[in-house]
Amino acid sequence: MIADALTGGFTDAPLQSARAFREILEALARPGTIRQVSGARPPPPLSTAAGVVLLVLADPTTGVHLAGAADRPAVRDWIAFHLGAPLVRAEQADFAVGTWTALHPVTRFRIGRPDYPDRSATLIVECDRLVNHGPALTGPGIETATWLNLPETAAFRANHGLFPLGFDTVFTAGDRLSGLPRTTRVEKI
Amino acid sequence: MSDDTQSGAYTFAYLDEQTKRMIRRAILKALAIPGYQVPFASREMPMPYGWGTGGVQVTAACLTPEDRLKVIDQGADDTTNAVSIRRFFQRTAGVATTEATMDATIIQTRHRIPETPLTEGQILVYQVPIPEPLRFLEPRETETRKMHELEEYGLMHVKLYEDIARHGQIATSYAYPVKVEGHYVMDPSPIPKFDNPKLSGNPATQLFGAGREQRIYALPPWTDVVSLDFDDHPFETSKAPHDCDLCGAKDSYLDEVITDDEGGRMFVCSDTDFCAGRRAEGHEGRLGGDQKSSKTFANSFEGIWPATAGAR
Ligand SMILES: [Zn+2]
Repeated sequence: MIADALTGGFTDAPLQSARAFREILEALARPGTIRQVSGARPPPPLSTAAGVVLLVLADPTTGVHLAGAADRPAVRDWIAFHLGAPLVRAEQADFAVGTWTALHPVTRFRIGRPDYPDRSATLIVECDRLVNHGPALTGPGIETATWLNLPETAAFRANHGLFPLGFDTVFTAGDRLSGLPRTTRVEKI
Repeated sequence: MSDDTQSGAYTFAYLDEQTKRMIRRAILKALAIPGYQVPFASREMPMPYGWGTGGVQVTAACLTPEDRLKVIDQGADDTTNAVSIRRFFQRTAGVATTEATMDATIIQTRHRIPETPLTEGQILVYQVPIPEPLRFLEPRETETRKMHELEEYGLMHVKLYEDIARHGQIATSYAYPVKVEGHYVMDPSPIPKFDNPKLSGNPATQLFGAGREQRIYALPPWTDVVSLDFDDHPFETSKAPHDCDLCGAKDSYLDEVITDDEGGRMFVCSDTDFCAGRRAEGHEGRLGGDQKSSKTFANSFEGIWPATAGAR
């Protein structure tokens, strides 16, 4: 357990986090684009991409919520060692990790306040795969339209309806990730 | 190269990892709420506030070793400010630099948007002195937050309309306020309103950093940005009614440069890379293309720019 916890972080954090952040930035600036990241080997069931997002963004000042199968001792130890982030309930999370099913109901998560809409959660949704096929996405960051295999549409449509409030989402699968900020309009299917 | 980052023994692009995480989180929330000003804990930088510390921190958080960085100050690559920032990142990040807009992956700018159209994947980082467009109407932060929350922008329109009553037109020619995606009113930093149309539908990602005021805000690519105006006084861009005296460009933003003690003057592209590129292609203005670049002129007369700004 401890040996697991000590490994799998960045070996050269300044450069690896810089490169990975740029991919995360591109993913959220251009929703639906699928980016590749590397450098993290978190314990299962966390994907490389979910581990990278946490290493780049989470630290002792941000609460992390582990949902479902992600909430196991090896993952908790890894987060404690590499991020020093407190593990919190869904309602308090800055970052929440798990499958879409495990994260439900997503209405639990922080959506910010009318005067501080940025004080909202970022969901890291573990997926089997990411492909540019599925409901159409439009909005800021998208020239005309793009497509992504979302796990469902209703929750994201409802979340968009809260703008400027709302949570933001990063989908992860293996070493791939894609972004879906609250601004994205999701086609009704 | 050491992996001992916990102790801060080794950094990339000056800032420590914890500071960069905080700035990176702010940038992502800014992208998710276009035009909304995200607070962040601005750090002391080895340069004074007027020198774009907000932009420098945003650039530092975004840079990778593979980037090619361009830094411009009022369109020019070689003013003291631009040169200092470029050297700062060469020294602290070992990053490649360029003066060519089309070759740059990140462009940090003070007061201009390049003439050459930007492309997908590029990041334009603005240095912002005063991020709150409502500040001169309402000094209290709690009140301006409430105004943004309720989209209470009537006072801003009243101010612009007073301009029309007094001058017959909207006199605001810099930092002209815009509305982003039909919601937040945003200060585009002190760019000339000539540049405002380039804010909208731009393929590049636009990030804004205010160091002293500790705010970061953003426009994702292809974001809809509208300059505030009125049905009977639509928004109009303006520029000096001249062509560039060096490259002959008719549609670029010009600086007026005093050339001698007898009141001689010339108009040259404010965007030095754009002007040099045109002259390299053989374009020639009224004063020809042989001896000097607009950069040389701009540099010689750097000190008088603010004084000539009203002439545009
Ligand atoms: Zn020119």
